[in-house]
Parts: sequence; C-alpha cells; structure tokens
Amino acid sequence: MLASETDFDAWRTAAREMRLAGVEPAAARFVVEGAEASGQGGLFDEPPMVAHPPATPRHPQGGGERKEKGFSAPAAFVDLAREVILHRSADRFDLLYRLLWRLRDEPDLMKVISDPDVAEAMERAKTVSRASHKMKAFVRFRQVEDARGEAWVAWFEPPHRVLEKTAPFFQRRFPTMRWSILTPDGSAFWDGEQLAFGPPATRDMAPAEDEIEAFWKTYYASTFNPARLKVKAMKGEMAKGYWKNLPEAGLIPELVAASSVRTDVMVAKPAPEPNARFARVIAPDLHAARPTADAVPDDLSEVERGVQACRRCPLYRDATQGVCGEGPSGARLMIVGEQPGDQEDLAGQPFVGPAGGVLDAALEEAGIERADVYVTNAVKHFKHEPRGKRRLHKTPNAGEVQACRWWLDAERRLIRPRLVLALGATAGLAVLGRKPAVTKERGRALPLDDGSVGMVTVHPSYLLRLPNADSRAEARRGFVDDLIAARGLISRS
Amino acid sequence: MARLDLRKKLSILADAAKYDASCSSSGTSKRDSVGGRGIGSTEGMGICHAYTPDGRCVSLLKILLTNFCIYDCAYCINRASSNVERARFSVDEVVDLTLNFYRRNYIEGLFLSSGVIRNSDYTMEQLVLAAKTLREVHDFRGYIHLKLIPEADPKLVEMAGLYADRLSANIELPRDEALARLAPQKDVAVIKKAMGQVRLGVEAAKPGKRDKIKPPKFAPGGQSTQLIVGADGAPDTEILDRSASLYGGYGLRRVYYSAFSPIPDASSVLPLSKPPLMREHRLYQADWLMRFYGFSAPEIGEGTAGGMLDLAVDPKLAWALNRREQFPVDVNRAPREMLLRVPGLGVKAVDRIVSVRRYRTLRLEDVGRLTRSVDKVRPWITALDWTPGGLTDAADLRARVATGAPQQLSLF
Repeated sequence: MLASETDFDAWRTAAREMRLAGVEPAAARFVVEGAEASGQGGLFDEPPMVAHPPATPRHPQGGGERKEKGFSAPAAFVDLAREVILHRSADRFDLLYRLLWRLRDEPDLMKVISDPDVAEAMERAKTVSRASHKMKAFVRFRQVEDARGEAWVAWFEPPHRVLEKTAPFFQRRFPTMRWSILTPDGSAFWDGEQLAFGPPATRDMAPAEDEIEAFWKTYYASTFNPARLKVKAMKGEMAKGYWKNLPEAGLIPELVAASSVRTDVMVAKPAPEPNARFARVIAPDLHAARPTADAVPDDLSEVERGVQACRRCPLYRDATQGVCGEGPSGARLMIVGEQPGDQEDLAGQPFVGPAGGVLDAALEEAGIERADVYVTNAVKHFKHEPRGKRRLHKTPNAGEVQACRWWLDAERRLIRPRLVLALGATAGLAVLGRKPAVTKERGRALPLDDGSVGMVTVHPSYLLRLPNADSRAEARRGFVDDLIAARGLISRS
Repeated sequence: MARLDLRKKLSILADAAKYDASCSSSGTSKRDSVGGRGIGSTEGMGICHAYTPDGRCVSLLKILLTNFCIYDCAYCINRASSNVERARFSVDEVVDLTLNFYRRNYIEGLFLSSGVIRNSDYTMEQLVLAAKTLREVHDFRGYIHLKLIPEADPKLVEMAGLYADRLSANIELPRDEALARLAPQKDVAVIKKAMGQVRLGVEAAKPGKRDKIKPPKFAPGGQSTQLIVGADGAPDTEILDRSASLYGGYGLRRVYYSAFSPIPDASSVLPLSKPPLMREHRLYQADWLMRFYGFSAPEIGEGTAGGMLDLAVDPKLAWALNRREQFPVDVNRAPREMLLRVPGLGVKAVDRIVSVRRYRTLRLEDVGRLTRSVDKVRPWITALDWTPGGLTDAADLRARVATGAPQQLSLF
C-alpha cells in the first residue's frame, strides 16, 4: 500500500520485500491509498511478509552465492524509477517491478537500452522530465496582496505528477518572493524560508487576473512574425493541453487567422517614399570614403588604411583585419615574417602569438631591442582553413605574396631600413623576389635592388614545430646566431 | 512629440526587434538566487516560456531600447529612411518590464538591442547601463543577452561582457559586397574586430589550471551572430563557408539563419516575397552537421546543386545519396564517426548504439528502439538480421526516401 501516487520510498520498500520473497511480476500488485489497484495479483491480501533490513551494504551480485538476500539494484535503476513513478500511467509500478525482477539475473540490463522494458521505462522517464521542464516554462504567477504584502500564486495542470520534483526550481529562482503553485495533484508553498507541500487545489483558489498580463500579451502578439506561420511547430512545443492556463494562448486564433492577410499586404504594398525627416541624420557612407586601390601611400598611416581596404587578393574575406607592420619609422632593421596567425589576426598586431614569443626571446638573447625593430609580414591577411572551432594556418601562395608586395614595398620605401631580415622562404620570396634556399643562404648578406641589404633565416614557428628538444635547442641557437649576424651588419654600416 | 504609453512603446519596440532570430537562453554558467537580494537563475538548459504561431520560442524579452537609427540598412525595418513609428524606452522602463515579466515567470531574461542613436558609444553605454542596473541594483541573476554596437569603444564591449551572458553582433549579409551596397554605414571588418575582441575576452575569462584567483566573468554564454538568407543572392555553399569561417575564427556558439522576411514599409532596393523558410531549415540542418556530425562545409557542398541545398531531402541524406559507396554501415562495428554519417541517425541514437553494442549484438528491431524511425536508416545499415541488399544502390532510392517535393517551400 503506497501513501500517494508518487510515494517512491514506500514502493521501493515494498518492491524490495516482494523481490526477496520471490513474488513474480505477474503476481505483484501495488495499491495507492484511495485508488484502484494495479496489476492482477493479490500480494497485500496475503499473510504479511518478513521485512528485510533496508539496503544492506551493496556488493554486486551477492559475491558468487545466488542468495536472494545479497541482491541489490543498480543506482541507474533507482534513479530511473524515481522519475518513472511520476508518470501518470497506471501500470508504471508493474513495469518497474518487472525490471527489478529481471535485474537479478541480468545485472547489465539497465545498460541494454534497446531492451523493450528498459526502452519503455526510459521513454516514460523522458516524458516526465519533459513535463517537469514544461512546468518550469509554463507556470504563470499572478500577483496578490495579503496581510504580509505582495505574494504570487499560480494555477497549473501538469500532465504528469511533477509538482514536488519541480518546486525546488522555483525556490532557487524566486527565493525573495512568497509564492504558491496550485495544481490538481497538490500544492507547493514558499514563504521565503521554507518549501512546503499541501493538498490538491482547484482553479478558483488562484487569482483570475494580473494587470501585467496585458503587457505580456502585447509583447507576445508583437514578437510574432505573421510571414512565418508554422502552427504545427508551435503546437509541437506548446501542446494544446497547456493553453487554457497560458494568458497569451488566447491570442493564438486571431494571430493565425490574420497572418496571411498581413503578409500579403506587406508583400503587395508598393515601396514607400523614404522618410525625409530622418534623412538628414543618416550616418556617412563608409564605403564612399575608401582609399582607391592604386593610390601610392605617402606615410605609414596610409599604408594602414590601404591594407584595411585592400582587395588585391581574396584573403581579406575570411580574415578579421589586415595586420600592418609595427615599429619606429626610422628603424635600421626590418624583420619580415610570413603572415599573421590566429592571435595576430584578432589583435591586429604582428608577432603577438606563440611565434612572436619565440622571436622576442631570441631578439633579447641576440642583444636587439624589439622596440628598435620594424616588424612586419610578407602577407598582411591571415590565410587559414576553418576546422571546427579553430583555424589552421595555410601557407600563402606566390600570387598572394606577389599581390601583397605592394604593401611590403611601400613599408620598405617609407622606413628605409639598412637590413631586411626575412623569416622563412615565403618572406624571402617577398623580399628577394625569388624563393631562397633558406638552409643554404641563411645568415648571409644579400644585396637588394634599393641598395639595402637582405638576409634570410628560419621562421620562429619552425622552431615550435620541431618535435625533439635537442634539435629544437640547436635550431634556436642557429636562429639567434643569424640575429647576431644581422645586428653586426646594422651596427657596422 | 506626444508621449507614447508604455504598452504602445512595447508593441513598437518588440515588433522592431523580432527579425533577430536569436532568443536562446542556454549555454551560460549555472547560478541561482539563493542567498541573493533579488531573483533569477540559469540552470544550463535554456527555457522557452512560450511559442508564437511562427513556431519560434519566446525565451527572452527581446526588445530594442529604441528604433530610431542613424544607419540606413536596406533590409532593416528600423533603417533611418523607413516610415515606421518610432519609440524609445528609458533604461528604467526596460529594467521594470524585465523584472515584472520575470517575476511572473514569462521569461528567462532580457535580450536588449538598439538602433544607433547619436553615436555608437552613446548607444552602447545605454545598453550596458540597463544590464548593469539589473545586475547591480536589483541583483538580477537571470539571463541577459546584449547586442554589440560594433563601432563602440572596446572598453564598452568589455563592460558589456561583465554583465551579459551572451553578446552578439550580426553580420547579416553573407556577402561583403552586398553589405557595402545595402548597409553603407556598416563595415564588416569592424564587426569582425568586435567579435575577435569578444573571443579574446571569453578566452581570458577561462581560469587557468593554476590560477588561484578566478579572472572576472566575461560573457559566459559566448557570442552568436545572424546571417540573413535570401536578401543578397549568396548561394548556400557561400553561406556555409561564411559560417565555418565565423565558427573557426571567433568561437561562436551559434550562427542564426534568418530567412529574409517581408517587413512593413520595405525599401524599394529589396523586393519582398515570402520568406524562404525551407531553405532556412536546410541551412540549420547543414550547420548542425558541421558542428556535431564532423562534416566540413565543402563536404556538405558535395550534395548541393548549383550551390543550393536540396529542399526535398535533408543535407545528410543528400550527401549519402551521392556517396553510396560508403554504405551500408554495420551498426555493430562501424566507428562512431561513420555512424554519424548515416541518414536518420542522430547524435543521441549513435551514442546509444555505441553504448548498447558492448552488451548486445543489435538487430534491426533494436536499432528501431534506439532511433526515431527505422525506415529512414534501413537502406544505409546492416545489423545482425538485416542487410539492405540492393536497396542502397537502387536507382530510385532518392525518390523513395525524399519526403517533400522540391517546389514545396513551406511545410506548414
């Protein structure tokens, strides 16, 4: 005998006793006080059984010996049963008992979610969970005044018995309000300190209106787009059974009825004259002010603006921004990398990511102040390929390097460095106009057309990619040596 | 100007905000008001408090602070040259409405956006002020989504991240050239920079393993954006490439696709027609394939014709019909990644199959209990007692599995 429809503890105790007594599922019968019996058997009419101590220390499958006493149900079953018992179906106790019965000989049963009984129980648990979720969504409080001030009351009819399961949600959400939720199954009360449950209620015990509802209905009607009518989708999520307790649902028939006319009117209406009153406040057209593609930049700020507007190759499209060089305009040393990476693309500055860290440390070791160097890239936009939530670096091709030389050449012309140090083959191509053999040519002074000196070395990201620590340390020494050689060249000349 | 009453304002400013598809209240940190001075909680899963007859969820109070705007974007109901009625809420009115709705359990929180008035900084300041008032004066712990005005000072974006669960800036048009033409006051580079700032802010707010002091919160619900479908001639493949690039670059939680919808007082530049709802639906399905099923944008492109997704069959089915040599897949052996490619198997069904098959060898009937419709998967799988035989390669398979006709634009 269970005290109520949702009396899980009593069901658990009774089921455990029956299982230990070997009562077959067909013979088991659970009765809720004051309700019709379920099942066909007559267990509780029989002589009382010996009560077993509750859940003796759990050990799987009773340690080899198949004594009824050692059997314990897995937590997955208990958790599932707690949910299923809230389902309004009359045979839920029997379904659960059948599972419990089978669990002794099939200890993995709960994991076999393709089993018809398990699947059925899971389906009901899901229905219950959904009903609880919908209760969180569809309860509507109305404001009342009583001797202690304002309080909030809701009338709600859940399709399953989810009041007690769901009430703590409202307690966490509205702890500073005094509220009651009334349902045909029972009621919940929160007085600001304690959550209590009471007897079933009726609709007339809740207030009939609330002045803010008019605003809510206005909002509901206004946020609806009549050109997108999808009544079936709405009903799928907001079942009609809920409508009678939703103040806004009363508007649905007229909104649906008027939608096609409203849409047709919008579509058929000729385009109106632009509103002249506001025409004078319209913000300026940004695109009219764009620099033209072939204007030769006269200073670094024009290079910056030009790069942001650059359409010389398609790389701008998926990049955040163009990343120009950074450093003093009179720098003696210009360092040219390949292209901005993920971090540089977001920050708008060259060499601020992992490779930048390597470069900074190597410069320091070589005795070069980064603040004295003009640091830039051969290609100003980040070329990459999206891979989920990341972007994978892709090497720019010769065409892209060629297109972007327009900007690198402008930087070289304006900075007039004595030495241009290219990091890696792509930068080498941009500086020398031919792809250098980096390992053969590195560290040597190479004359450039404009009278300055060029030099190539490896790219710092190459150091990051080396898998073994020894080769990494060696490559790093070589990189620092090249930087020292570069320092020698700029201080000599 | 005559003062409008509050209900009238609400109707104008909700109407003005409804073309933004996002209404989600999910994905933020878990919190409640126990021990607080106010109200509000977020418990992981978002809650839709109502559905309008357009099938859309009402989760947040989605309004504009004002629909006055100095921008003149052709697709927008609030563009400066439109003749729609204008209104403006005070910050206090927004705060009161939010709390009044929240107490009655109508909403999960506020989604506040605005037309740009005076200048970007001023507008963004007002949005931030509303969020700040809710959080600091009322200790409101519900969900707040703030629209970014991309041109605003980065310091204001930083403040917005402090109070909001989610931030968003809308790209709106998949094609940059179209944005330049239809929204001449907007610069896509500025929008992307703002998104980049949000990504860096979100990353910086994630505490490192050794951090003793947690960094301040920043938009724990991440950021999203919206692309309008059908206003600028961009085919689906281009839209999906754009999405992939946005997901990769800015760690977006969501890209929303909004079928270009008729608006009152439309601009003559953009002729109106019924919104392409089916196309929008297919784009969402393709987006899901990219985020949860391991498909890349180019792979989805394989199943398109002229860059457009098939309206009659979903994009996964379209891909499978093109790649039949990969099927049938053995549900008892195939790796998870391959099961995810089976038409009719969702992520949940795949996870169930993978977990059950350790205990049982699956028959077709078992698969039927683990998924929604066994008929859909039948041509693509083998099970203990099932092999599709020639069905996988049947010439008329497409006709047999297609549910809707291509010309049918709306299902409802």
